[in-house]
Amino acid sequence: MTQPRSRFSLAATAFLAMLRRDLTVTGREFVSFLLQALMQPLFFLFIFGKVLPGIGLAAGAFVAVMLPGIVGLTSLVASMQGVTLPLVLDLGFAREIDDRLLAPLPIGLVAMEKVLFAAMRGIIAGSVIFPLAWWILGDRYAVRDDRIGILIGMIVLTSCVGASFGLVMGTVIKPEQISLMFTLIFTPLLFTGCTYYPWGALDHIRWFQIATLFNPLTYAAEGLRYAMVPAIGGRSIPTLGITWILLALGVSVIGSLILGSRTFRARVVT
Amino acid sequence: MTLSNNIPAIEVRDLVKRYPKSKANAVDGVTFEVQRGEIFGLLGPNGAGKTTTIGVLTTNVIPTSGSGASMGVDVTHDPIDVKQRIAVVPQQSNLDRSLKVREILTFHAAYHSVGRKEREARADQLLGELGLGERKNEKVNRYSGGMAQRLMIARALMHSPDVLFLDEPTNNLDPQSRLFLWDRIRELNQQGLTILLTTHDMEEADKLCARIAIMDLGKILVNNTSSELKKMIPGGNALELRVSTSNSAQLEESLERLPGVSKVEQVTKQPEDEPDIVIYRLYAESAASLVGAAAQAVLTSGGEVRDLHLKQASLEEVFIYLTGRHLR
Repeated sequence: MTQPRSRFSLAATAFLAMLRRDLTVTGREFVSFLLQALMQPLFFLFIFGKVLPGIGLAAGAFVAVMLPGIVGLTSLVASMQGVTLPLVLDLGFAREIDDRLLAPLPIGLVAMEKVLFAAMRGIIAGSVIFPLAWWILGDRYAVRDDRIGILIGMIVLTSCVGASFGLVMGTVIKPEQISLMFTLIFTPLLFTGCTYYPWGALDHIRWFQIATLFNPLTYAAEGLRYAMVPAIGGRSIPTLGITWILLALGVSVIGSLILGSRTFRARVVT
Repeated sequence: MTLSNNIPAIEVRDLVKRYPKSKANAVDGVTFEVQRGEIFGLLGPNGAGKTTTIGVLTTNVIPTSGSGASMGVDVTHDPIDVKQRIAVVPQQSNLDRSLKVREILTFHAAYHSVGRKEREARADQLLGELGLGERKNEKVNRYSGGMAQRLMIARALMHSPDVLFLDEPTNNLDPQSRLFLWDRIRELNQQGLTILLTTHDMEEADKLCARIAIMDLGKILVNNTSSELKKMIPGGNALELRVSTSNSAQLEESLERLPGVSKVEQVTKQPEDEPDIVIYRLYAESAASLVGAAAQAVLTSGGEVRDLHLKQASLEEVFIYLTGRHLR
């Protein structure tokens, strides 16, 4: 150390260096990151937006309702995977994170850096859906342009939900439970998250409609619907109230971050 | 960082660690100090508590009671300050496999706020010194165990720590890598680095460490220099005489009368082809001072000294003597 530096400056430098490390690594495997994030939405858009309407099995308006769900799901899953899988392997046996844990900054910030970077991955993955959808859907591509601010905010918030939830998962799951995680967490998350249907349309299956409210993806998808689906005949599509959506997502982020920081600490300091 | 020079590099006081759901203390009331510029060895069988002790000193294990400090900074009260002053080389590789070798070093230094120019120069210098310069742009998954170990040492040195913790540094290494590392460890120490190493390799401890603490079942049994430890075994220090004599009974008697001799032992039976050869072991506080008198006694009795040497207990004998033979 050439000169004494303040704690804050040390911690900030370490934090930024870790972000730079993650950028370097992801930059090198950017193509595989995009493939991993976009393969599923690509096929969904193609089958539900092109094939099914083409053979008369889905209404043309369906794709406009589904597209926000796909953006939400992609952001959420990409950000979640960005932290969960690496963390499970790292804490399980690789221990590559140890070098960062020995850096002069509070341990909690090592976890926050992971969350922040994973959220950035989620934002990129979600954003790339738009040109992809425009390219695949052609004429059927329809996104309203008067709520862009809310749209950006929703993508950011959705990615934060995914990343902070991923922190909890990554610190709780053992390496040998990874495949179980996909079955027990990803699958229910995928199908109860109002990704492929608007929440309001569920009122004839009341119990299921209530169950979906426990899935943060529901709020993400509904919020994105609010921001994206064009008004028809001057009327916007009915969604969950945007205030409730923001509140639920905000609570999910804060709750997951608090819980995740604790479980992270418990895993790295004994 | 200005620190008064009389603060020990490492200070451990009444340290106890009991892991949750464990019936016994992993570390059970350990106290020791390591002075600056010292190489200190923690020896002990597997499960003795060495790694837990290092864990406390390197901030990833929280003590149940007692305290640990590096360069005068308490590890529980100010772990972030401690992290600036220490570096750790763990037992198993934890190198960042997503990065290239040189980046592992430069990013480590960046985490510790070392400026770009300085960290790049230091990375190249250390890679050269540790014999890794030619393969600095590879990823570590192509590295052998010895190379990974050297790289971890290079990484540890990137932020110029005051204290280096080496947890079984040469475990599983080939003899060449072991010797190379021993030389580097000595060099680093000569440059002023305080080193705490754990090992169960007696030769390593004997060759490198100024002082050694032998640990077992969470406690430190002894803590001293290697040569002092070797004196612990009863009769560990002896003068062995190989003598040709026709009058062994009388010779034994006169050897026993030599000043300072506590016991004389006739070691082996006489070999059949050399019926008049006898081997005696003379035990004394200072066996070396008996050389002249013993030789004289042999001559006086009409015998002839064929061989004479000082026998010292090995560190391994001390270790087994203190910790027992049973498997862990």
